[in-house]
Amino acid sequence: MTLTKTDEDVAAIAKRWKNKRGSLIMALHGLQDRYGYVPREAAMSLGEQMDVPLARIYEVLTFYNYFRLKSPGKKVVSVCMGTACYLKGAPKLLDQASEELGIRPGETTADGEFHLQVVRCVGCCGLAPVVTVNEKLLAKVTGESLEPHLLQPGATEDGKA
Amino acid sequence: MTDMIQATINGLPVEVAPGVTILDAARQVSVHIPTLCKHPDLDATAACGMCIVRVAGSSKMLRACCTPVEQEMEITTEDPEIIQVRRTVIEMILSKHPNECLTCGRNQNCELQTLAADFGLREICLDSVVPDLPLDATTKAIVLDPRKCITCGRCIQVCQQIQNVWALSFLQRGFDTRIAAAGDINLADSPCVRCGQCSAHCPTGAIVEYDNTQEVWDNLLDPDVYCVAQLAPAVRVAIGEAFGFPIGTNLTGKTYAALRRMGFDAVFDTNFGADLTIMEEAHEFVKRFTTEGSVLPLITTCCPSWVDFMEKFHDDMIPHFSSCKSPQAMVGALAKTYYAEKMGLDPAKVYVVSVMPCTAKKFEIIRSKEMASSGFWDVDVSLTTRELARMIKQSGINFPAVKEEQPDHLLGAYTGAGTIFGTTGGVMEAALRTSYFLLTGENPARVEFQKTRGLDGVKEGSTVIAGHEIRFAVAHGLGNVETVLRRVREARDAGTEPPYHFIEVMACPGGCVGGGGQPYGVTDKLRAKRAAGLYQDDQAGLWRCAHENPYVQKLYEDFLGEPLGEKSEQLLHTSYHSRPEYRR
Ligand code: SF4
Ligand code: SF4
Ligand code: SF4
Ligand code: FES
Ligand code: FES
Repeated sequence: MTLTKTDEDVAAIAKRWKNKRGSLIMALHGLQDRYGYVPREAAMSLGEQMDVPLARIYEVLTFYNYFRLKSPGKKVVSVCMGTACYLKGAPKLLDQASEELGIRPGETTADGEFHLQVVRCVGCCGLAPVVTVNEKLLAKVTGESLEPHLLQPGATEDGKA
Repeated sequence: MTDMIQATINGLPVEVAPGVTILDAARQVSVHIPTLCKHPDLDATAACGMCIVRVAGSSKMLRACCTPVEQEMEITTEDPEIIQVRRTVIEMILSKHPNECLTCGRNQNCELQTLAADFGLREICLDSVVPDLPLDATTKAIVLDPRKCITCGRCIQVCQQIQNVWALSFLQRGFDTRIAAAGDINLADSPCVRCGQCSAHCPTGAIVEYDNTQEVWDNLLDPDVYCVAQLAPAVRVAIGEAFGFPIGTNLTGKTYAALRRMGFDAVFDTNFGADLTIMEEAHEFVKRFTTEGSVLPLITTCCPSWVDFMEKFHDDMIPHFSSCKSPQAMVGALAKTYYAEKMGLDPAKVYVVSVMPCTAKKFEIIRSKEMASSGFWDVDVSLTTRELARMIKQSGINFPAVKEEQPDHLLGAYTGAGTIFGTTGGVMEAALRTSYFLLTGENPARVEFQKTRGLDGVKEGSTVIAGHEIRFAVAHGLGNVETVLRRVREARDAGTEPPYHFIEVMACPGGCVGGGGQPYGVTDKLRAKRAAGLYQDDQAGLWRCAHENPYVQKLYEDFLGEPLGEKSEQLLHTSYHSRPEYRR
């Protein structure tokens, strides 16, 4: 079987929790932290890697109100606050995103375009500070390089449509 | 021996072994306790609360289906208060249930409807809140209507534990709990293998077979269409249940007659196809067995759910799979070639209906291009036993009074080997009979191979033919297959002699007699009775080995040539493909 990007992402989480009691919930939390919600593909990959049937995973996912099955915003902006990123300026990036989007971490903009969240180390400390926007990973992020990712679709950088 | 437990039920003394539930103990003394979620095949889920009883000295009411009898218990199963509580249970369920009995697939056959009738409910005092949930008919084999689900959990236990498919689960919780395909997708996109065991165990109309009867009526009505039917082995010993016959009564001749009354131009028997399957498969087996370096064990493939399961979850077994199509597919292919030719019919106008104990057969007929080997879909539509019973009733045929008839012999004559295909172990036994003949040139002195029979989940045995030991395994209920396959893999990986030479698998517990499209109310007792009906049919037959079937011999002489020959390969064989996109 060929590994997709999702499989690789999920592998780290699966490895951490595999064969531990009560670990499925923790692993699903891990997925939600990573993606802002639990994408189907990631759930399937997790099932495969942890050897848990998808049926069981969705039982758990839908049992707790905590889990989100749909992306909360079209663009999920995740700012890594792991140690490396933290030291390299992640808090400032988070403040910037929060201010420009007008929402706090964990919130979604009223138009549903953006969801902002904090994640723990995404495993690319060499590229710190790291921000992901949906599947896309931004490396060595600066205030300037983050800027364009926080704009409404269609808008250009100087604010004109 | 452990001490027996003494108790009383409604004052009647009862003695049971430790662990026996109040429900089973009550049965022992002919006391009926109403149940709804409990099924005899399955562990109690204790979901419904119908079976409550009272035990002296306790103020609580206990659920009989999951409470073991204790020493000196004084059990009361009915008093006005118990009955009132049970009424309330039904009322609560009905308040969430659509009021659609008249158009429901389970009308007159529904455990919930029966309870409501028994309790004489005339009005529901609670507000009705029927959830608005969509129907899922995507498999075209079974239809899931989650609104009618009473969350008993039977189907989930069947699909997860017995079949090990994990296509179904509950989602959400509490009041919002609903049945759904695993992962909340379409059932057709789930790993579901369409065995229909969920539908056979569901107490209500929440899971029923996909109904194809109208399409069959339409074709029967069309004078330009030449309609032919074929009848699967397991159908003949089950259809009578819909007409009040004792379980296991063999009604082959009456069913042929009923099909003709309904307007079929010719009536074939899938048992003929089973004989033919054995001719091809036994040749395939003997070829592999006698050729150095062949892939063994050979694994049977007449069960489409099993084929589907293997393609989805055990694709490393593809080389072990017999290339033989199933009996229904063989009969279909021949109806539109051999039979059409003999009768001077335009194959485009021949419409083949198969009557099967099975919901998965609805899928098998379109599972690959090879199912159109005649140039048309070889089988046009597949009905379950339940659908045929309904059609017979619609026709107004007095089934019990119908005079028995013969099939159209060209594709209808059969041997005892063909008829036992309908029960677990039957395919193996039939194959061994003919393999014996192929290896020795004579029929076995005793055609019965007892080790293939019975309801143990995995049956193993061996027999010596012409000085060679042939080891076989028979598994039914897909969960049981894993044990057998594990042993095959272990030997393969260790490079040692395979544990078996030949494996038979049927997806449904009991084999096709317990198929997902059979009349309701299946238990092991009933499976055994239906199987006994088939073994009797075998015993009563003139011929007991597939190769003795004169019409199969004629088919080879006039049309096919020889087993595994060019024409056979084209019409009667198929191939398999790994389908890793389905994950359980
Ligand atoms: S048909 Fe069989 S595999 Fe499909 S959901 Fe029902 S029990 Fe599971
Ligand atoms: S679908 Fe039927 S068997 Fe399954 S939980 Fe609902 S009522 Fe029970
Ligand atoms: S065992 Fe028989 S009835 Fe069950 S799925 Fe297989 S072929 Fe169909
Ligand atoms: S701390 Fe951010 S990627 Fe490791
Ligand atoms: S039958 Fe006992 S709780 Fe449902």
